[in-house]
Amino acid sequence: MARIRDLAVRLAIMAAAVLMVVIGIRNGEARTVFEKAVNICLECIGIG
Amino acid sequence: MDKRKRVQALFAFTTNAHVQGFLQGKIYKGRLKNMCVPGLNCYSCPGALGACPIGAMQAAEGSTRYDISMYILGFLMFAGILFGRFICGWLCPFGWIQELLHKIPCRKVKVPPRVNSVLKWLKYGILLVFVILLPILTADEFGLSTPYFCKYICPAGTLEGGIPLLLMNRPLRNAIGFLFSWKMGILLLVILAAVFVFRPFCRYLCPLGAFYSLFNPVSFYRYRVDADKCTKCGKCAKACKMDITPYQTPNSMECIRCGECIKACPAKAIRNGVSSASPHESTVTEPPKPV
Repeated sequence: MARIRDLAVRLAIMAAAVLMVVIGIRNGEARTVFEKAVNICLECIGIG
Repeated sequence: MDKRKRVQALFAFTTNAHVQGFLQGKIYKGRLKNMCVPGLNCYSCPGALGACPIGAMQAAEGSTRYDISMYILGFLMFAGILFGRFICGWLCPFGWIQELLHKIPCRKVKVPPRVNSVLKWLKYGILLVFVILLPILTADEFGLSTPYFCKYICPAGTLEGGIPLLLMNRPLRNAIGFLFSWKMGILLLVILAAVFVFRPFCRYLCPLGAFYSLFNPVSFYRYRVDADKCTKCGKCAKACKMDITPYQTPNSMECIRCGECIKACPAKAIRNGVSSASPHESTVTEPPKPV
């Protein structure tokens, strides 16, 4: 029983993660990530 | 070279395969940068093909459109529930760099258990404060904020992005100021510490490791201890460079799944793999016998 419960929890987390990724893509977050990642991040390299 | 070392090297080179970026002092701008890599790898590294999840999370939080990034959180949860900190041990370029530094022959330092047990919580504070709270709470009237972890702490950005880009770009070199000196100081401290201590950044400072560690006890990929085979000899704990006692807590939040405990176990009592078995399968709780 505990084994089934643990598996169910893990599958639920995985399903929630997939759902969040889909919602994020629909909200245009992948675009935001892309825009940030294709420009040199001055903060990251210690300039800005 | 063992299998893990080969995978670490392969993954580091594959995710930083934009070689011409190093030669030209420019970063990759292709569509792959829509996606994150699972490990800590600065997206301003000239070779980087993907986005850094910690940088991307702060970028989304600091944008005008969102407060929290469902896309990045979902990605990290997905990777975390599948693999936990296996990603740290096998797929993180900055973790690999620290391991290479630790190979420099010299007297190694073992962090005292009491110090270790306190310092290990620092990375959770950095995740909460620098990666999540500050970028959300300090947004200006336009909703924009600073990526605090990247700007003030991340040594991977300085090493993988800052140094190669500054070497190839005079305009960027002319813009160097106190912040760069600060970040170089942190990088040098981490490099020095990594020579003496195994993966100090991963153990005490990395917010990505902190996030994945939350999933270690429940992830599909896990370690299990066969209580019937285990003799509690403590050889696994001696072999563990992250200072865990694997036969007691095989799915400890600090375990990076390097597999040294599996190799060290004379009874072959520790197993790894993807399993639906309970994370609390190990029932051995007594302290080890003196060796």
